[in-house]
Amino acid sequence: MSPRTRTQLFLISALGLATIFTWGFRNLPPIGDYRGPYGNLISQVAVYERHTTDVVNSINYDYRACDTLGEEFILFASVLGVLLIFRPSTSSNEARNNQKNKSEKRQPWVEDQLPVSDSLRVGMMAMAGLMIVFGVYIVVHGQLTPGGGFQGGVILSSVPLVVYLSGNVKAFDRIVSASSIKFAECCGAAAYAIIGISALFFGTHFLTNIVPLGATGDPFSSGTIAIISICVGLEVSGAFVVLMEVYLREVIDERLGKKS
Amino acid sequence: MTVLQWTILLLVAAVAPGIVLSREPKEQVVTLSFYGLLFALLFFIFQAPDVALSQIAVGAVMLPLMIMLALTKMRRQNIRRERETRK
Repeated sequence: MSPRTRTQLFLISALGLATIFTWGFRNLPPIGDYRGPYGNLISQVAVYERHTTDVVNSINYDYRACDTLGEEFILFASVLGVLLIFRPSTSSNEARNNQKNKSEKRQPWVEDQLPVSDSLRVGMMAMAGLMIVFGVYIVVHGQLTPGGGFQGGVILSSVPLVVYLSGNVKAFDRIVSASSIKFAECCGAAAYAIIGISALFFGTHFLTNIVPLGATGDPFSSGTIAIISICVGLEVSGAFVVLMEVYLREVIDERLGKKS
Repeated sequence: MTVLQWTILLLVAAVAPGIVLSREPKEQVVTLSFYGLLFALLFFIFQAPDVALSQIAVGAVMLPLMIMLALTKMRRQNIRRERETRK
């Protein structure tokens, strides 16, 4: 197909799409227009019923906690899938051992020879501490301010990356290959399910808020919402760090092998 | 709609073709990250701070990172294959 006919075909289909699009958008309600009864109701009762000041998380981790449980296990399963695909097979293990023996002869990667500037190193190290504090803050204030386990977890999981950027590959290796990371991930996922199941022993439904709610606005309030937020934070941060480890294993091995 | 809302909507619309038109995967990752950040700003302006926070973390950091890591992995595999065929 020549470029000319291709452009013509594109223009015709784009015109069609634009027509349907404008037709579809003609009668849309204005921004902020909401017609369901459920949303208005929940924003009125959530603060009194669940003692949260962040209604979004009272929905995520309480009213609709079952959905969030499913989402969490989607992430868990996808990380498992990546681990399965990239698992070191015996043949590639041998190849790696062979490579390690030959590592002196092989040419290093060009990027590896670039030195990390001092400003980057100091800046990133200072940022790592700040990011840990910020991530933990977002996780434990899930029921009070926007944020929660998922967002805070992702912020926490980008801390090792900052360490990697600062050129400290050894520290990065120590962080990402720690078995406690995988342990935290599994514990976070399991604890969420266990919290749900433990409600059954109190004679209520799955994932009912059984912990005392406390005072609204207090860091220790809203019962299971805060606890689930922390569980999700553990699971998410662990999941992303595990992914990083899987993808960067080879790079780490090479750079450490070269330096030692 | 306020001026701010119009501005961010137009900005998002203007940056989106930039991702499609950049052909090099590495360039695409950077533009995608920028687009993710703009989207986070859009969510924030439309009063959804929760979504904005997860959009910053996922759209602007994690998604580009995963693509970047996959690209690194592929490039390394290609180079290794070339080396093996040379032997």
